[in-house]
Amino acid sequence: MRLEPVANPSAARRLGLPALALVATLGVAMGLALLAGANPLAVLGQIATGALGSKLAILETLNRATPLIFTGLAVAVAFRAKLWNIGAEAQLYAGAILAVVLGTGVLGSPWVLPVSALAAMLAGAALLLGPVLLKTRLGVDEVVTTLLLNFIMLLFVSYLLEGPMKDPMGMGWPKSPALIPEARLPRIVEGLRLHWGFALAIIAAVVVWVIQTRTTLGFEIRAVGQNPEAARFAGMPVNAVLVKTALLSGGLAALAGWSEVAGLKGHLSSDLSPGFGYTGIIVAMLALLHPLGVIVTAIFVAGIFVGSDAMSRAAGVPTYIADMLMATALLFMVLAILLTRVRVVRG
Amino acid sequence: MSSTGPGAEVVLRLDRISKSFGALKANDAVSLTLRRGEVVALLGENGAGKTTLMNILFGHYLADDGGVEVFGQPLPPGKPKAALAAGVGMVHQHFTLAGNLTVLENIRLGTDALWSRGHGGARAKVERLSRDFGLAVHPDAKVGRLSVGERQRVEILKALYRDARILILDEPTAVLTPQESEALFATLRKATALGLSVIFISHKLHEVMAIADRCVVLRHGRVVGEVDTHATDKGQLAALMVGGELSLPRAEARVAGEVLMQLDRASTPDRGTVPGLRSVSLALRAGQITGLAGVSGNGQAALAEIIAGLALPASGSISLRGVPVARWTPGEALAQGVARIPEDRHHQGSIADFDLTENAVLESYRSRFSRRGWMNWRAAREFAQGIIRAYDVRCPGPETRIRLLSGGNMQKLILGRAMASDPVVILANQPVRGLDVGAIAYVQSQLIAARDRGAAVILVSEDLDEIIGLSDVIHVMSQGRLSPAFVRGTMTAAELGLWMAGQKFEGADAA
Repeated sequence: MRLEPVANPSAARRLGLPALALVATLGVAMGLALLAGANPLAVLGQIATGALGSKLAILETLNRATPLIFTGLAVAVAFRAKLWNIGAEAQLYAGAILAVVLGTGVLGSPWVLPVSALAAMLAGAALLLGPVLLKTRLGVDEVVTTLLLNFIMLLFVSYLLEGPMKDPMGMGWPKSPALIPEARLPRIVEGLRLHWGFALAIIAAVVVWVIQTRTTLGFEIRAVGQNPEAARFAGMPVNAVLVKTALLSGGLAALAGWSEVAGLKGHLSSDLSPGFGYTGIIVAMLALLHPLGVIVTAIFVAGIFVGSDAMSRAAGVPTYIADMLMATALLFMVLAILLTRVRVVRG
Repeated sequence: MSSTGPGAEVVLRLDRISKSFGALKANDAVSLTLRRGEVVALLGENGAGKTTLMNILFGHYLADDGGVEVFGQPLPPGKPKAALAAGVGMVHQHFTLAGNLTVLENIRLGTDALWSRGHGGARAKVERLSRDFGLAVHPDAKVGRLSVGERQRVEILKALYRDARILILDEPTAVLTPQESEALFATLRKATALGLSVIFISHKLHEVMAIADRCVVLRHGRVVGEVDTHATDKGQLAALMVGGELSLPRAEARVAGEVLMQLDRASTPDRGTVPGLRSVSLALRAGQITGLAGVSGNGQAALAEIIAGLALPASGSISLRGVPVARWTPGEALAQGVARIPEDRHHQGSIADFDLTENAVLESYRSRFSRRGWMNWRAAREFAQGIIRAYDVRCPGPETRIRLLSGGNMQKLILGRAMASDPVVILANQPVRGLDVGAIAYVQSQLIAARDRGAAVILVSEDLDEIIGLSDVIHVMSQGRLSPAFVRGTMTAAELGLWMAGQKFEGADAA
């Protein structure tokens, strides 16, 4: 068996294979449900109704998708330049910390929301600045540095919540004080449990898409990602482009944490993110790094998680099935992407 | 001579091979026979179907129609291993060696089992082959440190080690110096004397005349001629290839203008075994083509990098119109009117998955096709269309990804991009390497036209004919040193060869 490149993949190939990947993922899901002793079709049905079956379920899914859109965008932007930012989790917490620092009384209306959003983005950007400078100056692998920063950041958050940022009224729980009402993101429609963070995430995706397709920076990011040698030869400031990409990526990831605190939770705790930073990688990969695709895949991934929670309560199948679904979806999708470009030949 | 020559046993027969890619007929009922001890040249422009045919023979592609016979046995289609086992060895234009392994390890890779430890028997065999065929290369040298010529020898040794009786060489001299090519020919003569047969793919006519017994000429996927080399001449072959008489442009001598770019005692550090520059002083004048001849790996790359803006010399200076430059980047070079045609158009000159529009504006998107950070794609696309029209880039349109273009058309786009900025200095680094006759003539005539408009052109090439044909002034590089300037017509190829070999430098140093 060998791989032979496909020069011009047909539309059927480009769309059919990812669809096939999704079907295969569902097949695996049914297998897992069977292993857990449940009716596979019922499990899939319960995941679907749990995610989309009611107005409440849909809103819950969209709320869950919000941080995933931000982290997915952060990863998509960075990966487009072949800057491997695995540290969206850390940048998310940096944004969350700034939301608390500026949202608990230091600033009042109307400045607190825009200023804390901007400060959160700067904090996330700053957090990625170190790794990218180490990469461009000394050739240090950013996969390692950004990944390890996640653990450092999580420990730092624990320290803050046990020490300087601990809520004195928190009955001893490691959580921050609650944000003042002016620092909270309002709901999009009064009475519906969906905050403005979701709208901002959609706007961010459109902005990133416009940057990538319409601006010189976007052109540079794509060129540097595809062929840094040719980009440098053509006179592009490759290192400066990587630094700008990092700032954009870090800022986007930080908005995930900021919107979770300001829009959903109202305070910071160390379980703010169940791995949104890492799931952002899956979201971005499933979207083939397309910023608008990130919206769709983030909602899909969020739906799987929300639906699995509901299904677990009803059918007794562990929620871990959601993690396994994500993993298999990613693997099948990567395989599908590979197979759009090459075909397997016997011989 | 009954065992070789026209009456000899047929070792390879391609019978009416056809292969289509979509609407394109890459091969249309192509037949070819190869006899024992014979060199058959496969001639044709880029895109004529040579590589497709060899890929079918080697099982990389499945033919739509037709069959392959090796030593009288039909070859099962689509099985590279079957071709190998039948004694067919291929040396690709782009080598398939692992740079971090030694010569011996590369030769054994894929042939001997991974777990076989000792190199003893293999070493003896490689040394014997290396002696018999005149392929001098050290078995324990790391391939990454070898010159291009040596790497090619490793590829040939690899084929011979697998007991190949039929060698297919795809554009073997495209990357070689004249001396290395001569050595290769000596090897091929030894091989045929030992009863091997060779298919030699090329579009360098003088080499085909020198080495091949027979020529099969392909055009648009069909065999348009099959001639004995001793019964033909270069003109006839060229006419067969391109379908008309073609003459390479020859530049007229002219008076040079002011110095536009000057290097003054520029030196750079060595890179491994490749020497850096040794106090090189060079003046590029308006309205002049300066040819830089030399065997590859003698410092031309370092010199080209400095001119292109990729590096500053470690000591010495570079000045433009008499003003020394301090800040020197590719962007700065472009801003100062230095156009560059890079040596490696695939990795340096273009971005494979970008379309023609994006590749066309790669160097000028900031200055000409954007305002305050916003790209003007409409203007960019019109610009690309202008290049496509003016430079006859054959493509479906500006949205085509450049990877789908042939080398010649890719080079035309790069040329058009470089010329669009009305450059004052043009660095043309191996501008016609790997191109077909038609594209070569076109690119060269454009360089001459740029010179006539008053640009200073520096032509870096390993093809001495090209250098002599185009240059007003010739320098030779050897071991990082630059020879004095020779005005056109004052030096023969043989004399330049002595400079290339470095002998004349010793004389000049002593004097």
